[in-house]
Amino acid sequence: MDTEKRVAALRDRLTYVRDIFGDRENDTIRMLRSKLAEFLEAEPSLPREEQWARLSQLEELFDLLEHRLDAELSPMDRVRIVRHPQRFCLKDVLENVYDNYSEIGGQGEHSIDPAMLIARATFLRRVGRKVIDQPVMVIGHEKGHGEEFRNGGSAKPWGNAKALQAMRVAETENIPIHAWVFTPGAYPLEDYPGAAQQIARNLYEMAGLRVPVVAVISEGGSGGAEAIALADKRLMLSHGYYSVISPEGAAAIEGGLRPGQRAGAELVAQCASQLKITARDNASMGFVDRVIQEPPLGARPDHAEFFRRLRRELIHATNEVVSQVSGMKFVRALALRRRADEASDGREESVYMRWDMGSRAKDRLVWRRAVRFRQMSRWAYRDPRSSVRRAYAALQDIVWAGLTLFRHDFLGRRKRRVMEVMEDIAAEAHVLKRRLLRPFRGSGGDGEELTEAAPEVREMLTCLSRPGEDACRSETLWDWVSPRSREDRTVTCPNARTHGCPDLWAPDLFDEFAGVCSTCGHHFPMEHQWVLHNILDFKSAYEFNAELEAANPLGYEGLDLKLAQARKATRLKSSCITFETTLEGLNLVVAALVGSFRGGSVGAAEGEKFIRAAERARRMHLPFLAYVHGTAGIRIQEGVAGVIQMPRCTIAVRRYIEAGGLYLVLYDTNSYAGPVASFLGCSPYQFSVRSANVGFAGPGVIAETTGMPVPPHYHSCWKALSRGHIQGIWDRRDLRKNLHRALLTMGGRNLYYR
Amino acid sequence: MLDIKQLLDDIKASPYEVIEIKSPHTGVVEFAGLKPGDKVTGVSGAFKEKPGTLLAHLTRERNRKPINAPERGEVMEVRAELEGKFVEAGTTLLALRHYLSKKEVIELILKKALHLFVAPERAKYYFIPEVDQKLKVSGKRSVKVREGMDLLIVSRMKRETPLPYSGPEGLIYAVYFHRGDNVDAGQPLIGICPEDQLTLIQDMVTKVQSDWDEPE
Repeated sequence: MDTEKRVAALRDRLTYVRDIFGDRENDTIRMLRSKLAEFLEAEPSLPREEQWARLSQLEELFDLLEHRLDAELSPMDRVRIVRHPQRFCLKDVLENVYDNYSEIGGQGEHSIDPAMLIARATFLRRVGRKVIDQPVMVIGHEKGHGEEFRNGGSAKPWGNAKALQAMRVAETENIPIHAWVFTPGAYPLEDYPGAAQQIARNLYEMAGLRVPVVAVISEGGSGGAEAIALADKRLMLSHGYYSVISPEGAAAIEGGLRPGQRAGAELVAQCASQLKITARDNASMGFVDRVIQEPPLGARPDHAEFFRRLRRELIHATNEVVSQVSGMKFVRALALRRRADEASDGREESVYMRWDMGSRAKDRLVWRRAVRFRQMSRWAYRDPRSSVRRAYAALQDIVWAGLTLFRHDFLGRRKRRVMEVMEDIAAEAHVLKRRLLRPFRGSGGDGEELTEAAPEVREMLTCLSRPGEDACRSETLWDWVSPRSREDRTVTCPNARTHGCPDLWAPDLFDEFAGVCSTCGHHFPMEHQWVLHNILDFKSAYEFNAELEAANPLGYEGLDLKLAQARKATRLKSSCITFETTLEGLNLVVAALVGSFRGGSVGAAEGEKFIRAAERARRMHLPFLAYVHGTAGIRIQEGVAGVIQMPRCTIAVRRYIEAGGLYLVLYDTNSYAGPVASFLGCSPYQFSVRSANVGFAGPGVIAETTGMPVPPHYHSCWKALSRGHIQGIWDRRDLRKNLHRALLTMGGRNLYYR
Repeated sequence: MLDIKQLLDDIKASPYEVIEIKSPHTGVVEFAGLKPGDKVTGVSGAFKEKPGTLLAHLTRERNRKPINAPERGEVMEVRAELEGKFVEAGTTLLALRHYLSKKEVIELILKKALHLFVAPERAKYYFIPEVDQKLKVSGKRSVKVREGMDLLIVSRMKRETPLPYSGPEGLIYAVYFHRGDNVDAGQPLIGICPEDQLTLIQDMVTKVQSDWDEPE
């Protein structure tokens, strides 16, 4: 390399260091700068040999000081590293880690979403005398070294849909998937298939994907990362971050900023450090399996040794996943296990495992994945029950499981078989009877004889209603009435200007009218108790797991106080209430997300309660209703312990649906972000009350991210219905009737009442 | 015949529109602290989603409603004596002076000077091929229309029916629809001006364009 090139490389290294540390210039950086400046000043007068010697010294100094700087990196510096245009990206991985690849998701700009890159790649490996070709499906975000059209790796809904299609191809072809996460978050668009709904679909499919999935996280931004990262093995790069929200987003929420306002650098850095987003934090909390060490100050495309390590780690991780579920593996499994404890030395490439699996191994793979995610974040909520009570509850679960097995699977199956036979016999006898009696009937005797209806039934069907009897009203119209109905005041309907609605008297509106404008039908948002008591009969319901309490797993500053305030205001321990109730004689399990407890945000406690409710519904063969009074998304102060509830709950829901259950979702007020993009959005039956707004990101975030103005009512349930995100909209006053009809007309094979 | 010059002089003599803000219903008034001479803005935003400047609040049955400025302008008068008082519906609370913009003046003149031929139903409208060609080749003001002349084609739900022109004879001065757009019933399609007034109208528009001072 000639002198100019070496000097240019050093200049680049210095610029990179200064970019990473932002305005925090310290003595080390100053020394690097002055030493380089000194050399550049002296360079023209030095002889060539002297130039080279001093350059070598300078390069060594850079190496040394970069190591020192690496130890000083703050979480926010790591965020700057992964977002730096010099950071290696997926194309570099394809070039350097795999032996051969073909892009199948588009080329450069000519792709449905340039932020999502799909490729078929292969590892060529020599095992003994044989050369073996192991194909994989590579799916990941492409940041493209600052190429604008890639949106920094923010995948649009159709990009995630494309990823899902590739996953299905991999499943058909029985090859492993390598998912590379390089995204600051999903691109917030509501157009079909919709950011939230598509991520939910991806998670739902990945929960049951029958091929090994290995995810590598460099920049793992919330929902965008989850869309491809529900994996059997999750590796994380040492200089990457994995977080529930970008530090800037967290700072905007913490600082209570309005759209357009910027958070100060100090607050952003503080949020980055409190959210525990680094690889080490995530590994210690159990959200990633292994951390891959990068060169000092992060890997860049020219770090060839790093790519070799990456290749070894990937092969090893895929081998591990396969070895955990496949049959013949004894010596190789031992070798792989030993490798996990040792430093990487290149030997693991000699361990060869076939990556295509048989159907039993696939079943075990999906089961292990579910168990793995079920175990995550169990430390992140508070369960104040004594160990005796916990053991008793566990015992109860086991008994119930056994009882269910006996009642539904053993007895139920036989009973169903007998019923089917009886039905067939009755139908045969009916036809036989008609045939035998036909000669004795008159010419018009084809149909059944009409029976005379009872006089009171005839009167009910034929007479007009009597308004004097006040047929529409009864004394106890609603069991629970909003406290707002006690205010002696009028309320203006938001549609007054366009629909000419007169003012509504609050005692009428919030009591008899059920919060519905009597002129235009506008639904005012109501408290969660309204649906719980008036529709779901909460008074006589059996509430379970009420003890589980939202906690502060990351020790986030100020969260304890906020939780205490929420507990005091709502008398709830978390935003999720789970209970078993009866609706028109049908038993069902309900998980309600309450908007008044920290905005209905979902953390570890809420996720655990939701999963336990789904498990209970599965065990008892009952329909499962998620009533979403309101949810603002994942509770950001819980960091990844919150965001991990997305895959966890989705897996639970999938297991329930696959067991033949009916999973219904009912949105009431405002439902956004993580929960909608996972365990709510994946339901095949999502309905909403007319007061609902459903979406991925709020208007402020969309305007800020995309730069497009957001029209009013962009997230209204009618828009969600038009976009195909939900299946129907119900009037609040008809909720009971509609829910009952839904329970009777929808649902899977295991619901015994059908 | 319409005296356009006189019309323009009238507009110049009072180049603004006075908007009286009246109470929409009974209630107690609280003014927002505006004084005569204060500037106010009207409804704004890409979707007209931002309300205008807050002028007052009107409270009835403990329901406090804002009253916002409907247009941009200047406060002319505030009936401060009504502050905190109960008022009947339709009581004038404030008066705003809205200065007419160049566009509004031209629209005002054209509204009086032109005959507007409106869409009879919501549909897509096209000129018949001969007229269309003439419009493209020689420009709008070269097409003369008279009562009963086939002028447009109404395209709706895969049906295309001719629409004859009805109204006074004249030249097409303005076309208010775009090819392929749906036009609602009652919306103007074309503006017709009498042939002898064409030069006068054009002069006036040019004059307004160059001379009219836009309010700040």
